[in-house]
Formats: sequence, structure tokens, C-alpha cells
Amino acid sequence: MFELEGVSRTHGASVALQRTDLLISEGEVVVLLGPSGSGKSTLLRLLMGLDPPTSGVVRFRGRALAELETQAFRRQLGYVVQGGGLFPHLTSERNVTLVARFLRWDADRIRTRLDELVALTRFPGPALLRRPDRLSGGERQRVSLMRALMLDPQVLLLDEPLGALDPITRSELQRDLAEVFERLHKTVVLVTHDLHEACALADRIAMLREGRVLQVGSFEQLRDAPADPFVTRFLQAQQDHPVAGEAP
Amino acid sequence: MKRASLAGALVAVGLTLATATARADGSPRREVVVGSKKFTESVVLGEIVTRILTASAIPATHRAELGGSRVLWDALLHGDVDVYAEYTGTLTREILRGESDGRGLAAQLSEHGVSLGPALGFEDTYALGMPRAVAERLGITQASQLTAHPELRYGFSHEFMDRADAWPALRSRYGIASSHVTGLDHDLAYRGLTHGDIDVTDLYSTDAEIRAYDLTVLRDDRRVFPEYQAVLLTRSDLTSRAPRAREALGVLEGRISAEDMVAMNAEAKVEKISPGVIAERFLRKLGIDPSHAAAPEVGLASRVGQRTREHLFLVLVSLSAAIAVGIPLGIVAATWRGLGRFVLAVVGVVQTLPSLALLVLMIPLLGIGTAPACAALFLYSLLPIVQNTCAGLVGIPDDLRDSALALGLPAGTRMRLIDLPLASGSILAGIKTSAVINVGTATLGALVGAGGYGQPILAGIRLDDTRLILEGALPAALMALAAQGSFAWIERRWMRANRTAPATGSRSE
Repeated sequence: MFELEGVSRTHGASVALQRTDLLISEGEVVVLLGPSGSGKSTLLRLLMGLDPPTSGVVRFRGRALAELETQAFRRQLGYVVQGGGLFPHLTSERNVTLVARFLRWDADRIRTRLDELVALTRFPGPALLRRPDRLSGGERQRVSLMRALMLDPQVLLLDEPLGALDPITRSELQRDLAEVFERLHKTVVLVTHDLHEACALADRIAMLREGRVLQVGSFEQLRDAPADPFVTRFLQAQQDHPVAGEAP
Repeated sequence: MKRASLAGALVAVGLTLATATARADGSPRREVVVGSKKFTESVVLGEIVTRILTASAIPATHRAELGGSRVLWDALLHGDVDVYAEYTGTLTREILRGESDGRGLAAQLSEHGVSLGPALGFEDTYALGMPRAVAERLGITQASQLTAHPELRYGFSHEFMDRADAWPALRSRYGIASSHVTGLDHDLAYRGLTHGDIDVTDLYSTDAEIRAYDLTVLRDDRRVFPEYQAVLLTRSDLTSRAPRAREALGVLEGRISAEDMVAMNAEAKVEKISPGVIAERFLRKLGIDPSHAAAPEVGLASRVGQRTREHLFLVLVSLSAAIAVGIPLGIVAATWRGLGRFVLAVVGVVQTLPSLALLVLMIPLLGIGTAPACAALFLYSLLPIVQNTCAGLVGIPDDLRDSALALGLPAGTRMRLIDLPLASGSILAGIKTSAVINVGTATLGALVGAGGYGQPILAGIRLDDTRLILEGALPAALMALAAQGSFAWIERRWMRANRTAPATGSRSE
């Protein structure tokens, strides 16, 4: 689905991502895991074409992003950011249906799709008429997820989707996300610094540090055959100090 | 969208007012337009000329207190004014400077389509004046003695400071080397003299204040100041439009003596008699019946009402135009940062131009009246709107910007549906700032004949009449407060309706 070949990205003098090769196959859930500043979000932005690579090439279905028609390409992606990134001047429903309305879907089609999404994300239906500032943090993430899924895109990109939530909401939403990924069989790229979240959601984990992908593989592979001492250190640090609210 | 309908409403109000005003003075002009500069003598002469014309059944109006020589001259060439009283010295030394080629003044003027009308009979030349007490203490009677007293403080009118035939000529001919030279309004200079803030100022030889303030006029012993014969200038094409005007004005040839003029100036400035009444009395003295011309005195309420309409018109038209142009410019500035810096720099430079200079610069292009005032106010209103639009767009939080980009909407749609609403708080604040500044600056519009609250303020400064100044300044302050208040209200309503406080994304948890 995605193919990164020798991709680097620099901001002035600092290197955000250096010479990275990565393959993301159709239908798999890849988690980009690493501490802050490791280049996870940079990688996600490169996949979306929000930033162009400084060198190397990013391909989507075999074609370089630069060759694709940007708008049509982005409509094949759904994007969820930490905090939701909801537009404060629009109701939840308008946030979700913004692009569909622009594409002139008819009212029935929009209604049907909304109903599906409300059921899928377990969102309380009446809250659709509220604006984002009247929603709880978890509800905002669910609206954001509905917005990302509205056009039924092939790819879901999530940047710390559970990052700003309280522990209980977090575990609920994590469970629901896992279920959504399972049911929809979409290609998912998810950024987190939380090992437990990664384990619960990922088919494969890409471990990043200081702008480099150190290792890509399942949790077991990372644990049993670490490619770098840092992988072991990172895994152990989080296993020794479970994130608050996670049942041991 | 609500934002669109708000801007639409403003534009609609502006256009309505514009068409109403256009109907009022848009029809082909048949009246002879008399102009005057913003000092008393010129206003009184303007009234006399106007009344002489109307007494001869020639329709005429007086656009009083338009500004300085340059404004009147430009207005005359542009056709906004048909006749005004000028001084020969001003023509040769200032307006036609560098064109002198040995031919007569009349020949030079006719090249510009201007006829040299009757000479009125008096001379109003520049002179230097000091309080008599100071002059006697220092024993100064003529200008050449000033050089012996470098401690003297000079306060000159701005025009006197700048004109080649005035202060620059005086300084070099007499060799006056004082570091205490300030420019100030001519009428304020007299107050400066009485308060002892300055010692020497420029006068006109027919000024009423010479007697009123007990001043000594210094003899121009090296003859720096040129002749300043008062003459009427008329557009040459006036003969075809109002054939009898020239004959009617000919009555004034040599009929106003210097004593007459000093007396009339004193009546206006000291006794506070209105220039219209002074002009009527003078016409009766000449044996002309001015009853034809009697203009009804207008009550305070309708005066203020009229000025409020004029002022609102200036503000609404210029502000609507600034919104219509400023928001797109702000979008451009936010989208292309390099171009944006250039746009902001240009708009910023416009803002630093003194408003008076900008107004006068507009006259050759747009004539006098509301057009140059609206244009200048429009330019002044741009900066806050452009700047705040740009800042509002640039300040959109990253998570919202990325989420918007990820949707795959065309740039224009994204701007309309997402970016502009998110920036709307900042944009509204910019419009509010512009509106308030605009209400204040619009008072200067009176200098170029745009009317408004500046009219009584100008007259009040000229006549040293606080009541008149307040008649303009108070409503102007009230209008500024009203603008501030109503925009604050709109802002609150808008914020509540849109949940777009300037600094929030949806980051706060």
C-alpha cells in the first residue's frame, strides 16, 4: 500500500527522519512506536503528503505521491489527530459530513452512512448536534474517527489518537478501535509512544528512535530478537512501569 | 454564512448612502462653486463672492475651509471650484514657481485655464509679529534686529515654514540662526504668544489679532516678503457656463481696503459674527442688496444630523471597501509568506503617511469632496484588517490545519469553510480597530470638502471657539465609542455562535 524508499526529511539543520525504507501492506495495522522526537509523526505526515520528503520517494500503490492528484489521494485517507482536530465552529455532524456535503452526496446517503458510523464507533447519537466544546474527550475522538471514516477510505492514519484521554476512556476507546480495525480490514498506520497500546492494536510494530526505524516486526520479535539495545530498553521501561490505568 | 451577510449588510448600507449622496450632487453642475482656504479672511471673502453672485441671480455655493493654497489651486484646475480669492505673492512664489518667464501673471495663469480676476484692493502680506512688551524690552522694531537675539523662540504656521518665499527666504536673507523654531497651527500661534511659549510668529498684515493681542509688527527692512495683492482667480471656462459671473465679480475691483479687511477679520474672530453676516453687511455698504442671498440659519440638531450622515457615509464606504479588499489581501499574505511580507510592508508604509498629506495627494486624482476622503480613509483602514486576517490564518493551530488539509478539499473551499471561520475572531477584531480609527481620522475629511464632524472642529480652531470644536469633537467621540461597542457586541455574538475564541483549537482537555 505504502512504500518508503530512502526517505529523509530535514528541518533546516536538524534531521527529523533519515534514510528510511518501509513497506506497509494492504490491510495491516502498523504501529509507529517510539519516544517523543523519534520521527513518528514526521513519518505519518510524509505518508499523507503533508510534507514532501527532502530526499527519497514515498509511493502509494506503486505511484510516487508527487505524481498523484493531491485531493483525490487525500480522500482515500482518513486522519485522526490527538485531541480530535475537530473544527470548533461546526457541530459534530457537520464535522463528520463536511466533505460528503462538498461532494454533493444526497441526504439519504449521508444519513445512512452517519447511522453506520454512529453504531460502529459507539457514539451517542444525539450528541451529533453538539459542537466539539460540548463533548467529552472520548466523544471527540469518536467524532474524529467518524470524520476519518466517512468516505470509507482505504487507509486510516492516526496520530496519538488516545494520547489526551483519561485512563478509563482510553481503555474503552482502545478496545473499540481494535474492534473497528478488525471489522473494517483497512490499512492502518497508528502513531503512539505507548507500548501497551501498540501491542493491543498492531499487526506489526515499527520501532523508531532519533529519526531512524530500528526494527519492524511483531511484539514478540521485538522482545525476543531486538535489533538494537534501545529496543530492549524501551520495552522494559514500559513493562516495568505500566501506564496508569492499564490492568496488569 | 453569517460572516458573509454581515459584510454584505455593511456594503449595502454604504452603497445606499453612496447613491443617495450621488443623487444629491451628481447632476450636471449649474451652480458656480466658490472656494475658500481654512482661514478667516479667505472664508469671509468666499462669502462675499458667493453673495455677490447670488445677488445677481447667478446660482452659487460656497465650499468653505477646504485647506491650504495647494488644495484650492488643485481644486480649481480640477474643476471642483470655479473661483476663489488668492494672493499674487502666493501665485508667483509658490504655485507658479519656476514658470516665471517675464510674461505677465495673467498670461501664465491662462495657460492653466485660469483667469486673473479683479484685484480686490488690499494687500495681505506676510509679516513677523511679537508681543509689544517683549519687542519694547528688547528694542526690536525691524526684522534685521532679530539676529542679535538667538534666544528668541519662533512659532510659525506650517505653510510659512515650508513655503520658499516665507521662512526659508527670511532665514537666509536675515541670517537668523535660532534653534527654537516650531511649526504649529496659525491660530494656535497667537495663544502661544500670549502664554509666552513663543516670542515671534508669522502674521498676515490684515490679521485681526494684531490689535486684539497687542502685537508689534516688525518692519521687513530687507524686503523679503513679496507683494501679496488679493485677487480673484476664476476658471476660464466659467464665462461659457455663467456668462454674467465675470461682470458681477467686477464690482469688487479695488473695493476692499486693508482697513475694511482688518475690520471684517476682527468681526469674525473677536466678535464671533458669522462670515455670512459680515459679507451681507459689506455688500450693503457697496450698495448691493444681498437679501436675495440670505441663507437660512440651520438649527443645531439638523446641523449635527447632516454631519452625522456625512461622517457615517465616509466611514461606511471606506470601511466596506477596506473589508472587501483587506480580507483577500490578508489571505494572500497568509498563503504566500514572501508576497505576504511585501503586502504588509506596503500597507504599513501607507499607514505611516501623515493623513493630511495623503488627503492632499488624492486631490489631483479625485478632486475634492467625499471621493479623496473615502480613498484616503480606505487606505488607512487596510492595515489592521490585512494584518489581523493574516495573523488569524497563520495562527490556526497545527492540529486543525493538518486535519483540514487531510480532508482533501480544494484550497478555496477549505479557506471558506474552515480557515476563515477559524480566523474570524481575529478578523473581526481588525475590522473593529479599523472602524474606530476611521471615525477619528474622518474628521480630517473636512479639509478636502468632505464635510462631517471635522467641519465644526476646523471652524472652531479657526475662530478659537471651544463650543464649535465640541460640536464636532463630541459626536465624533460618541460615534467612535458606538463603533467600538457595536463591534464588541458583534464579536461576542459571533464567538458564542461559533465557539471560535481566537486562541483555542480543540486541544484543551
